[in-house]
Amino acid sequence: MKNNILVIGGGPAGLEASKALSQMGYNVILAEKEKRLGGHLAKWDRLFPDQVSAKEVLDSMLSGIKDVKCFTETDVNSINLLDRSFNAMLSNGITVLADAVLLASGFDMFKAEKKEEYGYGIYDGVLTNADLEQAFREGKSSNPAPKAIGFVHCVGSRDEKAGNPACSKVCCATAVKQAIETKELYPDAKVYCFYMDLRMFGRHYEDLYLRAQKSGIRFIRGRVSEVAETAEGRLLVKAEDTLSSRPLKVTLDRLVLMAGMRPSEAGHKVGRQLNLSVEEDGFFSARDGLLSLQKSKLPGFFYAGACTGPKTLPDTLHEARSAAMEIDRYIKENFRK
Amino acid sequence: MIYEGKKKIWAEYQKEIPEDHYFYVRSCIRQSFFPASEATFLDITRNKLGKDIFETEHHTTCGGIAYHSDAIPQETVMTIIARQFALMHKYGYENYVCSCITSFGLYCETMETWREYPELQQKIAENLWKSCHLEFAKPKFLVHASDLIFKYRMQIAAKSKFKLVNKNTGEPLRVVEHIGCHYSKMFPSKGVGGAEYPYVLVGMVEAWGGQIVDYPERRHCCGFGFRQYFIKSNRGYSLSNTHKKFESMEPFKPDMIITNCPGCPYFLDRWQYVIAETQGKTYGQDGHGIPVFTYEEVAGLVMGYDPWDLGLQTHQVSVEPLLDKIGIPYDPAKKYLGKNGKYLGEPEKPHCLK
Amino acid sequence: MIDFGFGVSPSSRINLDSADKEKFNELAIAEPDVLKCMACGSCSASCTAAAFEDTSLRRAILSLQNGLGDDASKLLSHCMLCGKCTMVCPRGINTRHLILSIQKIYSL
Repeated sequence: MKNNILVIGGGPAGLEASKALSQMGYNVILAEKEKRLGGHLAKWDRLFPDQVSAKEVLDSMLSGIKDVKCFTETDVNSINLLDRSFNAMLSNGITVLADAVLLASGFDMFKAEKKEEYGYGIYDGVLTNADLEQAFREGKSSNPAPKAIGFVHCVGSRDEKAGNPACSKVCCATAVKQAIETKELYPDAKVYCFYMDLRMFGRHYEDLYLRAQKSGIRFIRGRVSEVAETAEGRLLVKAEDTLSSRPLKVTLDRLVLMAGMRPSEAGHKVGRQLNLSVEEDGFFSARDGLLSLQKSKLPGFFYAGACTGPKTLPDTLHEARSAAMEIDRYIKENFRK
Repeated sequence: MIYEGKKKIWAEYQKEIPEDHYFYVRSCIRQSFFPASEATFLDITRNKLGKDIFETEHHTTCGGIAYHSDAIPQETVMTIIARQFALMHKYGYENYVCSCITSFGLYCETMETWREYPELQQKIAENLWKSCHLEFAKPKFLVHASDLIFKYRMQIAAKSKFKLVNKNTGEPLRVVEHIGCHYSKMFPSKGVGGAEYPYVLVGMVEAWGGQIVDYPERRHCCGFGFRQYFIKSNRGYSLSNTHKKFESMEPFKPDMIITNCPGCPYFLDRWQYVIAETQGKTYGQDGHGIPVFTYEEVAGLVMGYDPWDLGLQTHQVSVEPLLDKIGIPYDPAKKYLGKNGKYLGEPEKPHCLK
Repeated sequence: MIDFGFGVSPSSRINLDSADKEKFNELAIAEPDVLKCMACGSCSASCTAAAFEDTSLRRAILSLQNGLGDDASKLLSHCMLCGKCTMVCPRGINTRHLILSIQKIYSL
């Protein structure tokens, strides 16, 4: 008999793990709360560092889950641990008895309107990284072309007051990528990136930065302090140019806020029912931060992806594959003796 | 500008303001800066709206000016405040309304400090008993007088004789609002609308027919401060801040400014003269300045008070062009007559500012 | 005019709206590598003149980006073109040549 594995979350982590587990011969049931699979990836246009199409990446992932039972628009209403299996009631009325559960609930975008001083939702020209990706996907461009565009790194990241002291890891590379794409779309526009540190840690990331510099994108080291609307309806942006130790202002037509990663609310809802512990940052705590990253403190319950902290897409995919391996080992040790 | 977005933020900073029965305390400086504002507040609330606003001659300064100028320690200022609260309690009130923003900020700061350090509150209660033989009490609701006028804005609108509308064009007046820094910048949750998009004055202006203009330096301090104004060598700092605000609001062509702080209207008004004198620049139409008002003065104007009874002749920037714009009648001959009809004398008129 | 003994102080704020972008564009065409500077400061750290005078290529480039040509001129006026900065620049910028181009375009 095939063991049932429940995967919660149909983003990249959930999809990649489901694919691996179904290839191993398990009966995989995937629950996704949104209408479509893919998580945030489904809303993105191109991916850093090489600007590959998010749609192609997602399509390729989806082609690997043909044997997975996918339920979209489905929440996990309740979940509890029976003797050694998990009993989950889904919002579509189906009850799943699973020998292992993988939580791949990912992250929620930081709500940029919380940074009131940036005026998201108040000034017309202020948008988020996700809004810009959507505009790219829809092939939208502005007419007349904007003359000046700014990117604000670390919105809701490295910000204790906003409830998130940690770095969200992907925003620097995303900002530089989006700045390049914006410059390609509007070659005559001035493009500015407001950063505190540029965390271009991955392979090809530094190349991306150099490419941005060469295209004339100006990097200003300093966090934007406040945004206001001018009489002409443009955006007056203030920051410090910390390299020259002087306050600076510039008038822009668009300001793109790099909203960071916050723990997923849907993930928390599952975690609370099983008393799974979260760390101070709100993300789930793994059994061991080095050696057992995919295991929770509860036997049979596993993690993959951004539910345990901000991660890039490759990080997430690696974790999904290791989680599948860990689950396989767990099932073999506990259910097939 | 997306108005709905602002409304969302305003909805998050709601503050409970009881309808009636308040213990009122005045400001130390407003009666000389804007001599009729507090009297107008009392007249509107008590006589026009029939509210119970109690005042006693036994209340003193809150100690704010001395505290912010580093002349007295926090414990002293807290004891002074405890005495004010005790007076409120003694006269049977639990809602406290103050006229001054510095006081309001200091009351908020003190209440928060007591909440976090109960042992300090205990000590202040003992100080109060030793020094004044008064029973320690805290207000159930602490509001600023502008919160109350905000609360009553629709009642005032219902009784209004004039609207903040240009009578020649029918267009709403373009109004700059400026809240005192200590109103909500220290404790955004204690102010109506928070600190980034404060609603307290916006609500009044909207209710009375005007239109708010948001300009880039709207969050900026008026330049008063305490240390930078008291010492002459620092005064350029105060002036520069005001200058920065006017430079920023100029392209929006505001008709008037409304404020809720003792210091802001004073400095925004008087520094326009110094800027005109030293920079040769004026910000209103045809060599005039932009008139600056307290919220009580604006409430009084829309309710049809005589401009000279509101003390508008004590402003630096002449208010007549605005009165003409709204269509408020006034008698130029009575401008410098006191309440008893006696001639008060006239200030020298500068050439640089009409 | 009355002397009050105090007055409006000038703003120290950089205004990118009024920054001279024309000359910087001209410089970037002549010396595309100027765009590659990542403000590491190794040029200034190795500078022979900087030990004695306020000299910094890093800050000069920043000043030019901020439209402050005069500040840049001052920061390069004591450069002796020794070329030590060229040896240490991690981005391989021909800094000596860049300094000459700056002098030419911003016509000191």
